[in-house]
Amino acid sequence: MRKLLFESLFRRPLTELAPSPEDAAVAELATAVGHAARRRLGRSLSIREVDAGSCNGCELEIHALNNAYYDVERFGLRFVASPRHADVLMVTGPVTKNMREALARTYDAVPNPKWVVAIGDCARDGGCFAGSYAVVGGVSEVVPVDLHIPGCPPTPTAMLQGLLALLERVDAGAVTS
Amino acid sequence: MHAGIIEPGHFRFTVNGETVVRLEQRLGYVHKGIESLMAGASIEKASRLAGRTSGDSTVAYALAFANAVEAAAEVQVPARAVFLRALMAELERLANHFGDIGAICNDASFVLMHAQTGILRERCLRAAEVCFGHRLMMDRIVPGGLARDIAPDGQAHLRALIAAIRKVLPQLVELYDNTASLQDRTVSTGFVQPSLVRQYGAGGYVGRASGRAFDARHNLKYPPYDQLSFDIPVLDAGDVDARVWIRIREVDQSLLLIEQILDRLRRGPVCIGLHPAGSREGLGVAEAFRGDVLVWVSLEGDRVMRCHLRDASWFQWPLLEAAIEGNIVADFPLCNKSFNCSYSGHDL
Repeated sequence: MRKLLFESLFRRPLTELAPSPEDAAVAELATAVGHAARRRLGRSLSIREVDAGSCNGCELEIHALNNAYYDVERFGLRFVASPRHADVLMVTGPVTKNMREALARTYDAVPNPKWVVAIGDCARDGGCFAGSYAVVGGVSEVVPVDLHIPGCPPTPTAMLQGLLALLERVDAGAVTS
Repeated sequence: MHAGIIEPGHFRFTVNGETVVRLEQRLGYVHKGIESLMAGASIEKASRLAGRTSGDSTVAYALAFANAVEAAAEVQVPARAVFLRALMAELERLANHFGDIGAICNDASFVLMHAQTGILRERCLRAAEVCFGHRLMMDRIVPGGLARDIAPDGQAHLRALIAAIRKVLPQLVELYDNTASLQDRTVSTGFVQPSLVRQYGAGGYVGRASGRAFDARHNLKYPPYDQLSFDIPVLDAGDVDARVWIRIREVDQSLLLIEQILDRLRRGPVCIGLHPAGSREGLGVAEAFRGDVLVWVSLEGDRVMRCHLRDASWFQWPLLEAAIEGNIVADFPLCNKSFNCSYSGHDL
């Protein structure tokens, strides 16, 4: 804690001006995702999103990945309509009892090799909905999770960073599916 | 599950050729038991839950919940907090309307509008991040006031945002109005009878596009809207096109409201302490982008005993079943997006 307090004395405030579309950091990050994705999967990585019970906040930020500022498609990352076309399942929300079966079936429908990315704090352990009679818990209660991206909701930048982390783990052979 | 990045629901269509004869909606897939989690929770935890009832309306929910708790505790929040709350609500409305105007056009395969409004939406979210430290402004409104004041450079940033939007928006409106292939898809599609809208008491753009002139900000005049001047656009056409136009005009009104709020913002505290004692009840309302959110809360000391959150979607979902009747299957996404009802807010 001392270290954290000490660091916070010298760290600039986290609140910053909005970066422009050409912002170097966003572009660099996105390029890195592109390189890693290509190394592993040739030209593209197809993602199927599943809302397993979220409040819709995470979906809004996943949508933002497709806007002109983040434009994930230029790096070969794209969202597909069917799980049968997907490499990655992106799951949001605490898994509700009513979505448990749908999530498990969707996972089964994704061809191997496949990876699961859990998006948001609820997807880890149910978040603020943990303990409800209607909630199973985190995504890992139902399907194996390869990566968890925290945040409520995570920013689009955090999601790009998370996908990069997944690709690096996949490259290092730490994940087997 | 649907073939997109949206919430899950079950739509059962009966079709005759290409024409939809009947639609049955089965919801409840994202039922999280929010009301049971609220029972016995601290006010702070319940406020977080309220803000996660429907993520796109997190400001409106947090505001309605705070209004209900403050009504129960019989406290008045500082004037600065009241104005900043409205500022957040209008910023949220802007972001959602931009997103939806683009998404409706996208469902008619008019991607250009989607890309353009996506940029405006992102700019709103980034402005929210700068001003309040969170892109969706979650947990910024708390019972008693605000969790934090607007950032020092926030006001200048918002004025720049308004100027930027005003520069681009007229071109986009003209684009929507003058693209025949797009108008062909939206005009006369998904018609909702004004009598049905009145019967169901549907609020938001669904109601206002079918002649029901209800807006909680105007009709109930909760502060600070009693001190601000703005119009409530109302149309009678009741189709997808009318719902798009209501949103376009509400964007204009929200820009005017944000300017008025910035002009009237005075220095002062943004939060007061809440110390409710004994058994109390309160009712709160807030106009979210899709309609009025109503919250009833029952307190025992500083604990929430029971709470009910009523989304505007409750009265809009049934009308979607009526709106799609007689339309072709391919127009369902347009109708659905022009309603943009909340699944999570409905399922709770």
